[in-house]
Amino acid sequence: MSRLAERFRSIKARGRTALIPFITAGDPQPQITVSLMRALAAAGADVIELGVPFSDPMADGPVIQKASERALMHHVSLADVLVMAREFRTQDPDTPVVLMGYLNPVEAMGYDRFAAQARGAGVDGVLTVDLPPEEGAELAAVLKSQEIDPVFLIAPTSDSERIRRIVRLAGGFVYYVSLRGVTGAANLDLSEVAQKLRAIRAQTTLPVGVGFGISSAEAAVRVAGIADAVIVGSALVSRIGALAAQPDRVIAEAAAFVGQLRSAMDAAASEVRA
Amino acid sequence: MGYALPDEGGHFGRYGGRFVAETLMRPLLELQQAYERARVDGAFQDEFSEELRLFVGRPSPLYPARKLTDRFGGARIYLKREDLNHTGAHKINNAVGQALLAKRMGKTRVIAETGAGQHGVATATVAARFGLECVIYMGSEDIQRQAINVYRMKLLGAKVVPVTSGSRTLKDALNEAMRDWVTNIEDTFYIIGTVAGPHPYPAMVRDFQAVIGREVRYQIMEFEGRFPDALVACVGGGSNAMGLFYPFLDEPAVALVGVEAAGSGLATGRHAAPLSAGRPGVLHGNRTYLMETDDGQIIETHSISAGLDYPGVGPEHAWLKDSGRARYVAVTDDDALKAFHLLTRVEGIMPALESSHAIAHAGQLARELGRDACLVVNLSGRGDKDVHTIAAREGISL
Repeated sequence: MSRLAERFRSIKARGRTALIPFITAGDPQPQITVSLMRALAAAGADVIELGVPFSDPMADGPVIQKASERALMHHVSLADVLVMAREFRTQDPDTPVVLMGYLNPVEAMGYDRFAAQARGAGVDGVLTVDLPPEEGAELAAVLKSQEIDPVFLIAPTSDSERIRRIVRLAGGFVYYVSLRGVTGAANLDLSEVAQKLRAIRAQTTLPVGVGFGISSAEAAVRVAGIADAVIVGSALVSRIGALAAQPDRVIAEAAAFVGQLRSAMDAAASEVRA
Repeated sequence: MGYALPDEGGHFGRYGGRFVAETLMRPLLELQQAYERARVDGAFQDEFSEELRLFVGRPSPLYPARKLTDRFGGARIYLKREDLNHTGAHKINNAVGQALLAKRMGKTRVIAETGAGQHGVATATVAARFGLECVIYMGSEDIQRQAINVYRMKLLGAKVVPVTSGSRTLKDALNEAMRDWVTNIEDTFYIIGTVAGPHPYPAMVRDFQAVIGREVRYQIMEFEGRFPDALVACVGGGSNAMGLFYPFLDEPAVALVGVEAAGSGLATGRHAAPLSAGRPGVLHGNRTYLMETDDGQIIETHSISAGLDYPGVGPEHAWLKDSGRARYVAVTDDDALKAFHLLTRVEGIMPALESSHAIAHAGQLARELGRDACLVVNLSGRGDKDVHTIAAREGISL
């Protein structure tokens, strides 16, 4: 069983919802990324989504784009991100790591070489934002051949035919984008999300993570009630960005925020059980 | 005849396609369906033709540039006068087509990215013409370079949003426009200005611009009684070149030559010539030649001409390059400037800096082809917008 599948199984067995924080590798400084990942895991992150910086992050809002720009000031490349993932893996054998980024750096490295190196670095999943199922079959197959789960996005506008196409290629979990728009936008409609999750679950047994627009502990709790995983990106990255000039404070601040989300989600879950 | 690309998924060989987040797939598929219906709908095509005739002022003349021909001392040179279109460039052809499609789809708001400002002006113009709300995204760097076009857009009722992310040029404006679109899909139509972006844009923009080449097919007959030996056009994203080339793709005797911006010179690395010196990758929704670092980050481009200052190129050009049907060369800032002055002085036609790149290469090609040959250069836009850039470069304060 893959590390992702194992993690989702054990979380479910404990009646919990997974918490998946997103950070951009190298933001604000490459040398703190591995420690930051460890701190997030210690604070209750079940899976870590590690953003690969890209110069033109078209599907992201200004918060994540700025994180990419901060990392790129240090010339953080996909190869550097794999080194960070490998270092994290030597220190934490259990917490799954999912790389999230854009296709071009992967194309530049080459699919086969990337997949082999990602496997060697202990990467568990790869989400390429600008790769819809129409274009994604080749990379998904290469990743699967290295036992890496290809993670795909599902949008509010994905109809059941598209959902079917996506889950056929997907592994690990699927990432439901709970908002129209880019990362970091506002306005989460929970009943609309719940309805869409039912439509997704009608077609797959893969866990469904929900992201985009989860900016507070309250929102995380509400989403945790219906999703298998809560993905928090912009809200965390904006806290990191605010401390870009004081990198020594980033780890404590980020871990505290993830810890808050974790406690709120766990408290709500135990209330439901009680 | 033979050429029938792209395929259903928007591929030109290995190039093109739809590399976008899932959130953009439905609007792209809806656009594709709407466009496919419009393409075969006589009423739509008639309306488009009428707008091109009465609003844009088509057909644009094919002008025998006899003085320029004498100066170069080779093949007879004809200029396709897209500079004489309403708003002063070829961009208006496509803007009219997409605005008509936007109306047909019931959209009330149009957005666009712009580099030199020509496409922004064209979009603002058609938005005014058809009563659509209009927002233009423009890199803050380009806003400085093209202050007059910014003011023109505002006069036309458009809101111009400065883009301060990344390199603050065309590519960043495109990123920002995509973000607007994905957030406002219900009422908004994104008018992309070139033959790039995800499917169906490269094919749709090409089709709207193909009026250029279709006119050349019959206009050249009046002078030469045959097709030209070569077509020459500048290539940034590549829409004026595709518009000229497309109706000739199945005429193997007609050579197709695209001219990229070599900036300070290809060897310096400071240029905007992905076909000449880049490699394939994925950007802005399609696979094509790019200017990128070894590890796949898009790099800043350099050209005196804002309209060519783009790190990618339309995927169909990538395909035409690899297949050998077209060839691509690059012209430096300095040579483009010389061509600008030459055409201005000997023919009384002030070309856009973009088009000046094509003029510069036409001189070389005319000499290579010799006096029995003839060639058509796409004069894609007029140079008024560039006089400040040229004056500044030559140390003249206006």
